[in-house]
Amino acid sequence: MTRKQRRLTLIGVAGCVLAVALGLVLYAMNDTIVFFNSPADIQAKNVQPGTRIRLGGLVKEGSVQRGSDQQISFEVMDAQAAVQVTYKGLLPDLFREGQGVVAEGVLVGPGTFRADSVLAKHDENYMPREVADTLKKQGHWMGEANAAPKTQ
Amino acid sequence: MLVEAGHFALALALGLSLIQFVVPLWGARANDPVLMAVAPAGALAVLACIAFSFLALTLAYVSSDFSVLNVVQNSHSAKPLIYKISGVWGNHEGSMLLWVLILALFGAVVAVARNTIPMRLQANTLAVQALITIAFLLFILTTSNPFTRVIPAAPEGQDLNPLLQDPGLAIHPPLLYIGYVGFSISFAFACAALIDGRIDAVWARIVRPWTLGAWAFLTLGIAMGSYWAYYELGWGGWWFWDPVENASLMPWLAGTALLHSTVVMEKRDALKVWTILLAILTFSLSLLGTFLVRSGVLTSVHSFAVDPERGTFILGILILFIGGSLALFAWRAPMLRQGGLFAPVSREGALVLNNLFLATACATVFIGTLYPLALEVLAAEKISVGAPFFNFTFLPLIVPLLLLLPLGQTLAWKRGNFLGTAQRLYAVFGVSLLATVALLALRHGGPVAAPLGIGLGVYLVLGSLNEILTRSWSRGTPLSVAWRKARGLPRSAWGTAIAHAGVGLTVIGIAATAWGVETIGSLRVGERLGAGEYEVRLERVIPRVEANYREDAAILTVFGAGRELGTIETMKRLYVTRGMPTTEAGILTTGLGQIYASIGEVQADGSIGMRLYHKPLVLLIWIGALVMAAGGALSLTDRRLRIGAPARARTAPPAAVPAE
Repeated sequence: MTRKQRRLTLIGVAGCVLAVALGLVLYAMNDTIVFFNSPADIQAKNVQPGTRIRLGGLVKEGSVQRGSDQQISFEVMDAQAAVQVTYKGLLPDLFREGQGVVAEGVLVGPGTFRADSVLAKHDENYMPREVADTLKKQGHWMGEANAAPKTQ
Repeated sequence: MLVEAGHFALALALGLSLIQFVVPLWGARANDPVLMAVAPAGALAVLACIAFSFLALTLAYVSSDFSVLNVVQNSHSAKPLIYKISGVWGNHEGSMLLWVLILALFGAVVAVARNTIPMRLQANTLAVQALITIAFLLFILTTSNPFTRVIPAAPEGQDLNPLLQDPGLAIHPPLLYIGYVGFSISFAFACAALIDGRIDAVWARIVRPWTLGAWAFLTLGIAMGSYWAYYELGWGGWWFWDPVENASLMPWLAGTALLHSTVVMEKRDALKVWTILLAILTFSLSLLGTFLVRSGVLTSVHSFAVDPERGTFILGILILFIGGSLALFAWRAPMLRQGGLFAPVSREGALVLNNLFLATACATVFIGTLYPLALEVLAAEKISVGAPFFNFTFLPLIVPLLLLLPLGQTLAWKRGNFLGTAQRLYAVFGVSLLATVALLALRHGGPVAAPLGIGLGVYLVLGSLNEILTRSWSRGTPLSVAWRKARGLPRSAWGTAIAHAGVGLTVIGIAATAWGVETIGSLRVGERLGAGEYEVRLERVIPRVEANYREDAAILTVFGAGRELGTIETMKRLYVTRGMPTTEAGILTTGLGQIYASIGEVQADGSIGMRLYHKPLVLLIWIGALVMAAGGALSLTDRRLRIGAPARARTAPPAAVPAE
């Protein structure tokens, strides 16, 4: 094999691997990516039932209900709308009423959502960033300092 | 007073780094040994200053000096001593100080190893290293000063984030940073080679141990972080494809590729330009990791800093070093002479393929991690790229790599024979296939992924053993001779085999997670909950009060196949100072598997929610990583690396002594 042929082989193989990777990435981008929506976004964008989304907002005060067998329901709201969420499992340590939360799952109907994972904050100082941004946009941001007195 | 001295030492280190940057670079250009000799002295002085500064901060933590803002925000007088010390790097400012400390430490080691490294290379390398130190010292001094005082002093501290009060987390950042920062040495060597316009096998031999060491530490750091997430977050997951995890995985993948390409360069003098590029990219990814984690663009336990000024500064450092080094590369790389030739089917060819797969896999992780950030900035659309994306793109690129690994390891240098090599692995193929089929039959109806993955892992482990075996034993050789031969193999050969076997063990552990069982239920005292073949009974719930937290501990008895296996405790803790609850998982290890329980809150009817998992073979995931790092360490002790590169004799012939 000449030097040129060797180089061509190398470039050919590299091209194939890269093409496969690109194909995988593009395909996965279509299929596996989950959009973040606030309750108001769901109304505004008219998100269809059956869509997998991440829902973020504040847990409405007094809305958390515990059923039998770890079945839990609560409402996630922002300034304009609220969505009923059902979830089976243990809630994260920092899940509290009136605090920010992000739930990932499937929109079952307009205004009802079945979550398969619920995330709260890692640290009591911070709100999930997406939720904070949404609230800021809607003009209901009170600052993290009010939610927790400590600052970093 | 000591605190101010620490602050001053940091500023002094900045000044010394400036000297360490300018003078040796000038000396290397002018070929002046006196100026070049400033580099090692400077590196040692910088280390002394930064070490003093770090010590000053540590002492402030240990003595709970609440007149220092950083200590107030992250410590508490009632905290155990080990967490007072680990609190030093459990926050943004302190962790950046640790970063530069390790940077200076590596610089000093390069400085001490003066006899094994050509002088010009050493001077240039230390100059580049000094530039990195300057950037990060400026960052600390201007935006994240750990020595800021509060007047009047606070009576008590605000305590460290309880999630970080854990022995695992005490050592995770130092390990990870040694890995990240270790790649700065490879980077500095690459830049030095580009500045000098010369690169050869000696360069590769000098750089390889640094890369290997950094890689081994990064492996340990990632494994430690993963194990911490597993037992501390209480979710039973060991890898979440979280951007912060990806930030450490990317340099690891690139570093693994670099490790292998330097082998080709050292042995065959080929792949020079690519190796240089990889060295630059690996450290760039380490910097990117630091940026992602430290700038606050991601929300996680790691993002202490939400100050936009800091993010902008790190972004500036990122652009300076990545842009600068790539520009240097574009300018100087065409001048590097191309090296040895090899056939596509050869050890070199296999290692090129290894690099190709690793680099591509790294690129998919890169896209998956940064695409959401880019989209948010450009289109104001918030998306999340999670495990499904990475499983779909990453696995198809890694599995072929693993399938080819034992083959590549066995191929000859320069020109290999594919069929001949495959023949040497027949037994390995056979046993692995048999294992897969047997497991499929045994666990009929279960997930298919587990037996297939375990088969792959067995294939990797056996393939590595086979390599040692075929190199020391052939049919008819007496065992004693084979044993002597095996012991006589270079340690790097053993290191390679062990590290690759470690990959196999990790693969087995990962594959076996498909057999894991998870149950969620609520329990009252005396009731039982089952997961697979295992069952737990809630014995009692005990409230406890400790120095800085109080907790409810649930005591569980574990039963397996009707037999009592032991008791585990899982806790719901409340850290009083921060008012932050955490869950402590209870874990019982049976062989290589674990029974894992974590509790939720106590409910109105007195029952408590519980998550119970059985995770077969899960420990292999981290044991595999330990074995990988051990393989790397063994390789480091290879004679070839210990005695250093051959250098031309420098001593002049002794002058004739005049007769008296």
